[in-house]
Amino acid sequence: MAEQMDGVPSTTATQERIPTVIADELHIVYRVYGTGAGKGSATAALSRIIRRRPSVGMREVHAVKGVSFTAYRGESIGLIGSNGSGKSTLLKAVAGLLPAERGKVYTHGQPSLLGVNAALMNDLTGEKNVILGGLAMGMSREQVRARYDDIVDFSGINEKGDFISLPMRTYSSGMAARLRFSIAAAKDHDVLLIDEALATGDRAFQKRSEARIRELRKEAGTVFLVSHNNNSIRDTCDRVLWLERGELLMDGPTDEVIKAYEKETGK
Amino acid sequence: MSTVSETTHDSAVAMSAPPSADEGLTPLQRAQKYDLAQSGARPGLAEYIRQLWARRHFISAFASAKLTAQFSQAKLGQVWQVATPLLNALVYYLIFGLLIGTRKGVPDYVPFLVTGVFIFTFTQSSVMAGTRAISGNLGLVRALHFPRACLPISFCLMQLQQLLFSMGVLVVILLAFGQVPTWSWLLVLPALLLQFVFNTGLAMVMARLGSKTPDLAQLMPFIMRTWMYASGVMFSISVILKGKHVPHWVEVLLYSNPAAVYIDLIRFALIDSFKASQLPPHVWAFALGWAVLAGVAGFVYFWKAEERYGRG
Repeated sequence: MAEQMDGVPSTTATQERIPTVIADELHIVYRVYGTGAGKGSATAALSRIIRRRPSVGMREVHAVKGVSFTAYRGESIGLIGSNGSGKSTLLKAVAGLLPAERGKVYTHGQPSLLGVNAALMNDLTGEKNVILGGLAMGMSREQVRARYDDIVDFSGINEKGDFISLPMRTYSSGMAARLRFSIAAAKDHDVLLIDEALATGDRAFQKRSEARIRELRKEAGTVFLVSHNNNSIRDTCDRVLWLERGELLMDGPTDEVIKAYEKETGK
Repeated sequence: MSTVSETTHDSAVAMSAPPSADEGLTPLQRAQKYDLAQSGARPGLAEYIRQLWARRHFISAFASAKLTAQFSQAKLGQVWQVATPLLNALVYYLIFGLLIGTRKGVPDYVPFLVTGVFIFTFTQSSVMAGTRAISGNLGLVRALHFPRACLPISFCLMQLQQLLFSMGVLVVILLAFGQVPTWSWLLVLPALLLQFVFNTGLAMVMARLGSKTPDLAQLMPFIMRTWMYASGVMFSISVILKGKHVPHWVEVLLYSNPAAVYIDLIRFALIDSFKASQLPPHVWAFALGWAVLAGVAGFVYFWKAEERYGRG
């Protein structure tokens, strides 16, 4: 029941619709090693490394099966689907972090992926992480200096005392996620991919980040958001892709797709 | 920007039928029309160097941040920057200088040994850091986009900064053992620069290998130790070889060994009793050759796998 809906609301139709991400029949296959079928002995492992032969116990997981879509400038697109439906995998492929098995992804500029597991430099202070993160993203030293206070304020790390000068390994998972998001959101991205990165923040921070996502869209960027919180998707996205078992089930305006999704999942 | 004149025309059409402008184009044609690039593709070599240059502040800031963080969990903190190389030299002096007696026939043995240990440690720790440069920073690699060569280069720069602390210790030791500063001390600068380039090239090769086979980090200490014993760190190659009949190729191999080349150059620069006659033949040519070979080959080898780091 693949319903392709092309005419997304006319809010963006007044400008020319410029594509920023084109996925063309994208297939992604994971290779998982050590599933137990092969010989686990040390000599067997050594000979595999030397002969550069893939492990016998390798299994392939077809995580994304032939997904095609086009994302346009200024759009904010939500990705929904049950756990393991291929949402995160799809984002990784768009970010260029996973090779496509078949098909291609074209993007405008370099997309940035924000995930829950993306630890930065744990042994360094929050302050150093802000500076180094900014420099790594290609900001100049002046730009980093100019935005430093904004980034720290936005993250809210210093609300309960001077935490920014502590090493990041001492942060709670929520604090670390907030700082990571603040660093990544400081730069104007053409394409920003957010993978449940907001789920760990508190309510006030979620509100701030939703506002920042809307701002990024206004700056002619495209934002992808994976979330299991349908309200968060409703608040920030105008288009939703519904993935199930690696296939694109539905692509259309937020309300329609979420209504169908909630009906299907019996919510 | 080049499509500014088209924009007004296209938008008028788009009002009535939004997708019509691009209908009939294949995804590839549309991607080309709007200047989209394939995601995760490796940039060309010239473009890669340009991106790397644009991240030079990141490279230096990352190196200094890592350097100061290194001993942040130790109670004595930055004192270890100086204490570690000093203790290292002391251990080698106890074993090789006093117990085994390789000091025979080597004048100014303590400066000779300490220079050897410090200079070899520079290469050793650069290679070790290179091996873990990608595999030990997967979080960073997966979170942010930057040319991955930043990491091995940055780690080698950190080792260079570390070496400067050691060189400070070395100067004190040299003065304490009666060496007088001369103009030849300045030769240390070009020699260290060449060694740094050599180290970085080697670290980039190891970074690529280590990213695919993290087991290398377990294996490398043994390889590096073997290399150290063959590099004349605690003995003089020319003294050992004197009066012995070794095959010519062994002699060539011992003398052209890059670690031995850089160590001997710096000994020659700093220690009065280490004469030019003790240097291997064509030593500067070898120093330059190794640096260029490792630097260029290592960089290209690393760049060839740029799109594959941090995947899977």
